[in-house]
Amino acid sequence: MALIAAEGLGVRFGAVQVLHDVSLRIEKGEIVTLVGPNGSGKSTLLRCLIGVQRPTRGRILKAAGLRVGYVPQKLHIDATLPLTVRRFLDLPHRVPEAEARAALEEAGAGHVMGRQMADLSGGQFQRVLLARAILSEPDILMLDEPTQGLDQPGAAGFYQSLEAIRGRLGCAVLLVSHDLHVVMSASDRVICLNGHVCCEGTPAVVSAAPAYRELFGTGTKGALALYRHQHDHADHAAHPHHHHHEEA
Amino acid sequence: MLESFLVRAALAGVGVALAAGLLGCFVVWRRMAYFGDATAHASILGVALSLVFGLPVTLAILVVAGAVALLVFVLTDRSLAADTALGVLAHGALGLGLFAVALTPGPRVDMEAFLFGDVLTVGRGDLLLIWGGAVVVALVVWRNWGLLLISTLSPDLARAGGMDPRRASLLLALMLAGVVAVAIQVVGALLITALLIIPAAAARNLATTPERMAFAACAIGAGAALGGLGLAVAADAGVGPATVTVALGAFAVLTAAGRLRRG
Repeated sequence: MALIAAEGLGVRFGAVQVLHDVSLRIEKGEIVTLVGPNGSGKSTLLRCLIGVQRPTRGRILKAAGLRVGYVPQKLHIDATLPLTVRRFLDLPHRVPEAEARAALEEAGAGHVMGRQMADLSGGQFQRVLLARAILSEPDILMLDEPTQGLDQPGAAGFYQSLEAIRGRLGCAVLLVSHDLHVVMSASDRVICLNGHVCCEGTPAVVSAAPAYRELFGTGTKGALALYRHQHDHADHAAHPHHHHHEEA
Repeated sequence: MLESFLVRAALAGVGVALAAGLLGCFVVWRRMAYFGDATAHASILGVALSLVFGLPVTLAILVVAGAVALLVFVLTDRSLAADTALGVLAHGALGLGLFAVALTPGPRVDMEAFLFGDVLTVGRGDLLLIWGGAVVVALVVWRNWGLLLISTLSPDLARAGGMDPRRASLLLALMLAGVVAVAIQVVGALLITALLIIPAAAARNLATTPERMAFAACAIGAGAALGGLGLAVAADAGVGPATVTVALGAFAVLTAAGRLRRG
């Protein structure tokens, strides 16, 4: 059975129908990227899935005892709240020192343990949020535009950490991306959202889909393409290194 | 030893300051200063009710402050035009309360004790209530520390972790109402928010973690209560205003020192 599924989901804010008739399922261990233009309801859908937003219609089904690791899009920390990275990882439950250190290392932020959260750079902050999310060994990680504000090497590095974490934990990953043209190469599926599910499939299938082209392809007059980052792992060294571009 | 009214006043001040220091951190972190004002002002309506119905004052204040706390909880939870609604609620209750007190038959009631506090008249029963309340607040905060902190940081993170951030809001609202009700006698309705906010704001300069800030706020609050009592006796002034004055001094010194240290 699916880890989490939405059936016929609809969300209305006043007169605005943000989502209508959205159905999706996420299976154990798969990586799903959710793309869509601004205002397409991506964050609202994610908030429904984690249980923050109550849908107006439809329902959310979760596997029993599902553990969700959530990386929010933005986390404002009030200047009056002193909070070290180490202490943040203890929320809501205290974790042993070794586990905290391992999670930070795995998320690629091993060196910021003693720093104040308010003093971190954007990239460090995202990695600390990721570290906290994996401490509970979640069945599914949900990330809301985690690479926003990162440059392309930064985003690629973040995705690599995420892939390694998925490899170890075997958790599913649901990633909301603001960037329509760069999706994580390891995505098993891309779901293209614009109030409803326009199209879904492997990155290649979606980039070729008429609905995707209509949404994202024509406006750029071919200047932008769905770009799949093919990073060079050491174990891929035998293969010729190349970056693979596909015209949308 | 408890016969001495000064000792009772000191114990009452420290007890209230400890509870207020702890909860005051959340008031500062969550930007709930309005909440202290709303419940404190409404407590004057509680005074009026106690006169009309012959109820014990603290009980009447507790009931009204609790009701206002719940109302505020519902209003802010639905994120209506909360600011205006709270203003109407708080100041409307204050005006209505003062008006109702003036209308009650019998000798004219001196409202100054309720507005500015009168800690020198604290009795043994009051002390029991204050310290009992402080212990309950400390226990509830300690048991729910993780929930309170993560809900303060981000309600979404709390919910994703399977916790209910509204539970945190409700707990804080009810505890604040309780502290306000017992603190009326010590600092008065007009200065309760100061006792909540100033020690916590002063403690921010000393702390690198939320726990240290909470401890420091309690210590600064207790120090201000004792110092304020001494200052009031020496200067023949009200204890509530003197306590707030001492706390303000601590805030000024610590903030200046914090600035200097950071360069």
